[in-house]
Amino acid sequence: MISTLGGFTLFLALGVTLYGVAASVIGARAGREDWLASSRNAVLAHFCLVTVAIFLLEYALVTSDFSLRYVANNSTRGSLTRYKIAGLWGSLEGSILLWEWLQSLFAALVVARYSDRHRQLMPYVQAVLQGISVFFLLLMTVAVNPFARIFPIPLDGRGLNPLLEVTDMLVHPLLLYLGYVGFSVPFAFAMAALITGRPTEEWLRITRRWTVVAWLFLTGGIFYGGWWSYRTLGWGGYWAWDPVENASFMPWLTATAFIHSVMIQERKRMLRVWNLVLVTLTFSLVIFGTFLTRSGILGSVHAFADGPVGAMFLAFLALVLFFSFGLVAYRSDQLKGHGELDSIVSRESAFLLNNLILMGICFTVLLGTIFPLLTEAIRGTKISVGTPYFNRVSTPLGMILLLLMGIGPLIAWGRASLNNLKRNFLKPILGALVSTGILYALGVHQAEVLAAFFFCFFVLGTVVFEFVVATRTRAKTMGEGLLPAFATLLLKSRRRYGGLIVHVGVVIAIIGIAVSSVYKVEHEQTLKPGESLSVGSYTVRFDGMAAGERPTHILVWANLMAFKNGKPLHELTPGQRFYPNQQTPFASVDARYHWNEDLYVILSAFERNGSSATIKVLINPMISWIWIGGVIILLGVIVAVLPERRLALLAVGARTQVA
Amino acid sequence: MKGRKLKYIVAGGIVVAALLGLIYSGVKESAVYFYTPTELTQKKDSVLGKSLRVGGMVVDGSIKWDPQNLLLSFQLTDGQGTVFVRHKGTAPDLFKEGAGAVVEGTWTPDGYFRSSNIMAKHSEEYRPPTHPETLESKKELFKSIMKESKP
Repeated sequence: MISTLGGFTLFLALGVTLYGVAASVIGARAGREDWLASSRNAVLAHFCLVTVAIFLLEYALVTSDFSLRYVANNSTRGSLTRYKIAGLWGSLEGSILLWEWLQSLFAALVVARYSDRHRQLMPYVQAVLQGISVFFLLLMTVAVNPFARIFPIPLDGRGLNPLLEVTDMLVHPLLLYLGYVGFSVPFAFAMAALITGRPTEEWLRITRRWTVVAWLFLTGGIFYGGWWSYRTLGWGGYWAWDPVENASFMPWLTATAFIHSVMIQERKRMLRVWNLVLVTLTFSLVIFGTFLTRSGILGSVHAFADGPVGAMFLAFLALVLFFSFGLVAYRSDQLKGHGELDSIVSRESAFLLNNLILMGICFTVLLGTIFPLLTEAIRGTKISVGTPYFNRVSTPLGMILLLLMGIGPLIAWGRASLNNLKRNFLKPILGALVSTGILYALGVHQAEVLAAFFFCFFVLGTVVFEFVVATRTRAKTMGEGLLPAFATLLLKSRRRYGGLIVHVGVVIAIIGIAVSSVYKVEHEQTLKPGESLSVGSYTVRFDGMAAGERPTHILVWANLMAFKNGKPLHELTPGQRFYPNQQTPFASVDARYHWNEDLYVILSAFERNGSSATIKVLINPMISWIWIGGVIILLGVIVAVLPERRLALLAVGARTQVA
Repeated sequence: MKGRKLKYIVAGGIVVAALLGLIYSGVKESAVYFYTPTELTQKKDSVLGKSLRVGGMVVDGSIKWDPQNLLLSFQLTDGQGTVFVRHKGTAPDLFKEGAGAVVEGTWTPDGYFRSSNIMAKHSEEYRPPTHPETLESKKELFKSIMKESKP
């Protein structure tokens, strides 16, 4: 029943969407308002149909209707309802449906918001967004039907991978999908601008907020993924340069480049082609990443199944690239910018270099990810490059980016005079030198850590300097107190100061990454009950094994007591979870999280009679700074994108109420 | 105008060249060759000291674990060749006999592969729901620990 209904709904949605593409193009070309109105209705109908489809699948998941193959594979009777719901994005078919639903939702939002304002662009924006949906609907009707049946109907489903039955599963994938789908909006506007022959700055201004918000979701998704991995997967790390991680990192890099180079185009009307390339690349890398990871071509831990999916994604990617670069070439005469670069020592140059480095990192990651494929195709042997390659290449590039993060926001546009450089950078440089010197005196001697800290101090110095100078100037000229001056400053140029806050977040996160990766301590030892191990200033005593039944699994754990400098610190109970459907146990790590150092313990092995346990202890200094940095980035973006008018209205409203 | 443009092209060229150099050296330093157990048994001493990855199935009954010295040893096979592997430390979650695994490390002159990293492969294929006996065996495990750990 649900299978037939769901399949039919998707088929209908495909028809409506195809009609929507045609109607918007016909309406725009013939100037027929009736066709355009009908095309807008098609967008809304499309959204409603996909919403019905997603409800049908969720209904089947929640009610454990195992006649659907997808439900049987991703759900089990015993699961909590929230994990039954999360089964929707537990594997390929449902993820595609979720993606397509978000795609249809965003198209509906764009239509609702912009259709009266941008009458020339909108029909083509709709056509592009609907075109993307056609691909996903086609994918589901041809290759990965989420409503496929299974026979015989199993008594119980297989359930989600136990690693996914955690609350993080309700957050991380959604953030990533929101980010991925979000970038289709600026892409659609860019394409519409090219099609209508208005590829100037208009599309940038319209989509600025979309881009930043999509960037925030993607950033949040990546950070959250690292946090999840760190707290629940039993290896004590947060990033492994796994193909799936790389797949989300590559569009993040191009999107970050895009957010920066947009500022130059807005100000100087240059880099028009470059920005079109960046927005296209970002969208293409989202598709490419999905192809890489969903086609099973690389054999990643996250990979789903083989099948025609890979070929379809590749074909769609080729179409996107051909279509968008074809349009850029076709409109090349209109894309000539007006601005010229005046000097190498200028904000434009800093931004250009930032773009170049970000693209360089993106290329590095891409090459490293597909290296085994390339060498197998060219030389017949599979050669892979692992974490050392990625770290080795991206670390120096990251340092340059860090440096530019300090220079870019403060250096003058056009041509920076020596005076401008001295005024803005002398104090931050001196401050960074002194601070790094203090760290050296305190015993930090690794060159890379010192370098990272120097650059971080420099960036922080420039931000603080900028805030202090601007606040003081405002306080003096407007005769305000320092605090009100600071607040109005934040409100008045929120884009700039929000951006600077984001930079502070990035710096904090980088400090966390640098320190935790260099000063991490790892120790593994087998203990009998009553024995202890010591590592660093910690002692960990093993008090014996214990076990207990949990609703979905059996938990076996070790009772540990951690001491720091001889004083009792915390009880820790790392364990292993045994699931009835899984042949190997899953780690259940435990840790004492602290703002400057985490003590992280893993139960790696144990004797069945409880006579000994093998405990792995990790000391991760300053790893929390990464997550704190992520939160600061979030705050910065919120400051930057809060709608200006609405805030002003609120302020006026508050005032009139008081009066 | 022309000179200015040239300056940018030269500067950009230098950056790109430096980038490519960095990538080249990164690849050279960290290239890991992927072999099957059969290939490794044929090459043997010609690959001494090189970073290698070997992938295969963990042979049934071959896993030996020495908890005191944290030494894990097992055999990897691709059906034809078999390689002895020694690993210092414990294995990741999904590592088990009869399942696929990839090990990273070097071939030693003593005739075994010294692994520094084990990557277990897990498949997403559909598996029929539990057989009752596997749950029973886990209950047993649970009971045995409860008995032994309680005073």
